[in-house]
Amino acid sequence: MDSVLSNKKAICIFVIPTLIVFCVIVFLPIFMSAYYSTLDWDGIGKGTFIGIDNYIKLFSDDVFLKSILNSFLFAFASIFIQLSISLVLALILANGVKGEKLYRTIYFIPVIISTIVIGQLWTKIYNADYGLLNALLKSIGLENLAYDWLGKENTALVCSFIPTLWQYVGYHMLIMYSGAKSISDEIYEAAEIDGSSKINTAFKITIPLLKPILKVCLIFSLIGSLKVFDLIYVLTNGGPLHATEVPSTLMYSSVFNSYQYGYGSAMAVFIIIECLVFTIILDKVFKTE
Amino acid sequence: MNNLIKGKMAKFFIQLFLILYAIIQIYPLIWMVLFSLKDNNEIYGGNVAGLPNPPKWENYTNAITQASVLKYFFNSAFVTGVTIIAVIILASMTAYAISRMKWKLSNATMIAFLLGMMVPVHAALLPLFIILKNINLYNTYLSLIIPYTAFGLPMAIILFSSFMKGIPRELEESAAIDGCSIYRIFSVIVIPLIRPAIATVAIFTYLASWNELMFAITFISKDQLKTITVGIMSMVGTYVTEWGPIGAGLVIATLPTVIIYVLLSEQVQKSLVAGAVKG
Repeated sequence: MDSVLSNKKAICIFVIPTLIVFCVIVFLPIFMSAYYSTLDWDGIGKGTFIGIDNYIKLFSDDVFLKSILNSFLFAFASIFIQLSISLVLALILANGVKGEKLYRTIYFIPVIISTIVIGQLWTKIYNADYGLLNALLKSIGLENLAYDWLGKENTALVCSFIPTLWQYVGYHMLIMYSGAKSISDEIYEAAEIDGSSKINTAFKITIPLLKPILKVCLIFSLIGSLKVFDLIYVLTNGGPLHATEVPSTLMYSSVFNSYQYGYGSAMAVFIIIECLVFTIILDKVFKTE
Repeated sequence: MNNLIKGKMAKFFIQLFLILYAIIQIYPLIWMVLFSLKDNNEIYGGNVAGLPNPPKWENYTNAITQASVLKYFFNSAFVTGVTIIAVIILASMTAYAISRMKWKLSNATMIAFLLGMMVPVHAALLPLFIILKNINLYNTYLSLIIPYTAFGLPMAIILFSSFMKGIPRELEESAAIDGCSIYRIFSVIVIPLIRPAIATVAIFTYLASWNELMFAITFISKDQLKTITVGIMSMVGTYVTEWGPIGAGLVIATLPTVIIYVLLSEQVQKSLVAGAVKG
């Protein structure tokens, strides 16, 4: 048996093609990005080596700093607003209500739909002249509140968060719901015998036991917010006047619109490091507690 | 008695809240279907939220004939289909070697794939663009299939390995005693046993590649090869003011996903949660 399972040739056939694809497409580009980020290069000919100049420029670039701030605000909203809604819904559904399965299925629908569709749909909802939102305001007599939601600097950022929050509530809800469902019934029975109210049980038993799951949700929404691209690209492409700019949209336009290959790569490297650092920090925080 | 009324009230308000939230989640999509059946006259004439009157089915024929939504649709279907097959084949073989076979570097290989999961696609965008151009794969189906496959591998390998760990050793042992080769054990015994995991991986890969945008807008510029996500983006450019055909395009892009979801909602939900929890 062992000789069959340690067949070297078979192992090579099983592993090597995958490893090659994976290394060339996933790992190699990281090193290439790191290298490009040290170049002054417009993509034509050879770049000039300029060391860490791109990074120095990055941190004195107001637009880039603003884009980081925006992604942090995004993360903040995801964690506090989206995850709270998800948690409330998950706790209610896991407690057993009529139509539990139906609600679970409905809440999850936006998760599976392409961000581009969601983005297009919400640009129509926000449309200044004939969008659903303004039509709604008009129909309840608040037409003076009608607004160019995505076109104006002061509302564009908040309005570009809402569709993502809306889209992923169902996802986090389902993760938390599955976690809550896997908690043993005996614990709940004991709590009930002790006369603990449902809300009390949720705070004292369910939420503490959900900690590992909450950690996953927290990491997902934080990292997801730091890398957000699709939705912003479709809704505003960073505008108006960089009001909704996030690091990835800025990276994209630096590379593919203004051909700053080196500078854009520095942003890409920043995004990788940022995501890694936050994952490690969150992991540590949850371990020590 | 008082408690009973209180309990009923609480139940009523909980149901009300759940229903309202369900409307918030679902209404925008229903509205999308409604506006895909209207023309601009109707929308600009004040019928933004109401039912289309009459429904303009020609929006769909326009989207399909003039805006070549059908072509984009088939491009997406092809790229997604090949990606799913490639991910399943490569990931199941590698997961088998990692989780069941005996070799020194199996742990290290697993760690490499785990690390790979944390790499944001942004990091690979420009280098891949340059690599693909250099090997003349830019503007081909492969320029999407290969990256989608590569980025889909880590999750698939993790899911397959954790599933394979549950297969009893005895099955492989008795097959080996009967003189089965490792390839036969893998293809005839293991593959049929991991069917549920294959479904999970297929769904996961489907959603990721059908919906992908960043690589799709960067690696394909030929209209002939555009996937549905990019196709719709370019439709928006040409039909800036025409809501109907754009709405029809959005509905057509969403339809397969919704059909899969309606048929397999339990499995789809499980797949995405498995991805989160195992990852």
